[in-house]
Amino acid sequence: MKVNLKVWRQKNSNTAGKLVEYQLDSISPEMSFLEMFDVLNGELTKKGEEIIAFDHDCREGICGSCSMYINGRAHGPQTGATTCQLHMRSFNDGDTIVVEPWRSRAFPVIKDLMVDRSAFDRVIQAGGYVSVNTGSARDANETPIPRNIADEAMDAAQCIACGACVAACKNASAMLYVAAKVSHLAVLPQGQAESVARAERMVAQMDAEGFGACSFTGACSVECPKSISLDHIARLNREYLGAKLTSTNVQG
Amino acid sequence: MAWVTQTLSSSLGRKVIMSLTGLFLSSFLIIHMAGNLQLFKGDNGRAFNEYTYFMTHNPLIITISYLLYTSILAHALMAYVLTRHNQASRPVKYAYSRPEANSPWPSRNMGILGTVLLLFIVIHMRTFWYEMHFGSVPMAEYDGQQYKDLYAVVKEAFSQWWYVLLYVISMAAVGFHMAHGFQSGFQSLGIRHTKYTPMIEFVGRYFFALIIPVAFAAMPIYVFLQVHGII
Ligand code: HEM
Ligand code: FES
Repeated sequence: MKVNLKVWRQKNSNTAGKLVEYQLDSISPEMSFLEMFDVLNGELTKKGEEIIAFDHDCREGICGSCSMYINGRAHGPQTGATTCQLHMRSFNDGDTIVVEPWRSRAFPVIKDLMVDRSAFDRVIQAGGYVSVNTGSARDANETPIPRNIADEAMDAAQCIACGACVAACKNASAMLYVAAKVSHLAVLPQGQAESVARAERMVAQMDAEGFGACSFTGACSVECPKSISLDHIARLNREYLGAKLTSTNVQG
Repeated sequence: MAWVTQTLSSSLGRKVIMSLTGLFLSSFLIIHMAGNLQLFKGDNGRAFNEYTYFMTHNPLIITISYLLYTSILAHALMAYVLTRHNQASRPVKYAYSRPEANSPWPSRNMGILGTVLLLFIVIHMRTFWYEMHFGSVPMAEYDGQQYKDLYAVVKEAFSQWWYVLLYVISMAAVGFHMAHGFQSGFQSLGIRHTKYTPMIEFVGRYFFALIIPVAFAAMPIYVFLQVHGII
């Protein structure tokens, strides 16, 4: 199949970028979107042009690095999938496909389609540690956790920190991400000891990184490759307000 | 007290202010709508004028009305602060974006809808609230007692078609603002539950986004038709 691509090219974070057009004539519908980029980069190499920089690693939907804003949607037209899980059969022969990097103040463009998502890492670091028993091994099921609670925690823990929530949100808000990270510990007994400080610090770091506020448009959850629910955002609000009202941290 | 200001100026705290003021304004919509139903009585405004007298003389109502003015100002101010912050969070816009694929229109346009509401509130208060408090309103006498005849002001205002149109458009904006805002306000407070969220969404969608704006819009239309002898 044939595709016309409009790809964002930007030398580095200090220079302005622009959309550049490319034509590909013999793309297999079975190729993944990233394989299509491999073909394009192969052609660029042959022509002696600079290849398009994009992030990728696992290519099976678990590392969260393949950030691309494709035809106006985070990770393209599919829901519940990353860019590496998107296949060319989702497009029609002759389609024009616009590919841009994630757009957010907190995710500066490094080059072309690559963005710096280390703001997410700093939010995690701000969350701190979880106290664990380092003595002798504990009996299985010593801490009873009902099945529905375990499922709820697992749903949140599926987050792969890909940044699609930020990319899709009209406010470039990181609420779904931070909510998932606070939530998967907040519902489990193991997460209780530090839960107050965790909610306070992670939200403070989220704000310091320059993400927007949450307007509950729900775009994040729709575009999330793991379909993480808005339930977790409400829980983050609850955890944060509870933490602010009960913590002994008077400095703010 | 640093923690109080710090909490209220965080992105979550700002949304709590939006939510508390917004939900308070929502509760006011019920009272305002219910009271104004007196306009439909067909008693040439007597019930309406007596109700107006009560609303401007009862100490509890007067206290609540100050809370209301404060809420409108705080809600609008916070809307501005949040919108600026949210826009600054994406300094470079997408060349091509399809937000309609993942989110409802009102949820993305609360600022525009709110701006329409703010303009409406200013015009609305100038016409009725200002006239009632500082203007010259004719008097009416019921059972030997003097009342300000606000009904006469209402009749005059709603006899103009463009004024009626302004109200109908603004009530559509109320509907869309509430269609998203009412349920969103609960989420901002962390209230989301399998049992209660569907109820909240139902009330938001059918009561606040439909019945209230339709009832409000019916008032100017009814008075217009009556003044012009159509009904
Ligand atoms: C009758 C008047 C009004 C009512 C009943 C009302 C109600 C609400 C409610 C319940 C919310 C949801 C709050 C939340 O998501 O936590 C909201 C949000 C909002 N309102 Fe209003 N509002 C009114 C007037 C206004 C005005 C005059 C403005 C602007 C000048 C405005 C701007 C906004 C904005 C921008 C939001 C969304 C904030 C966000 O999610 O980022 N509203 N409103
Ligand atoms: S490359 Fe790992 S999720 Fe796509």
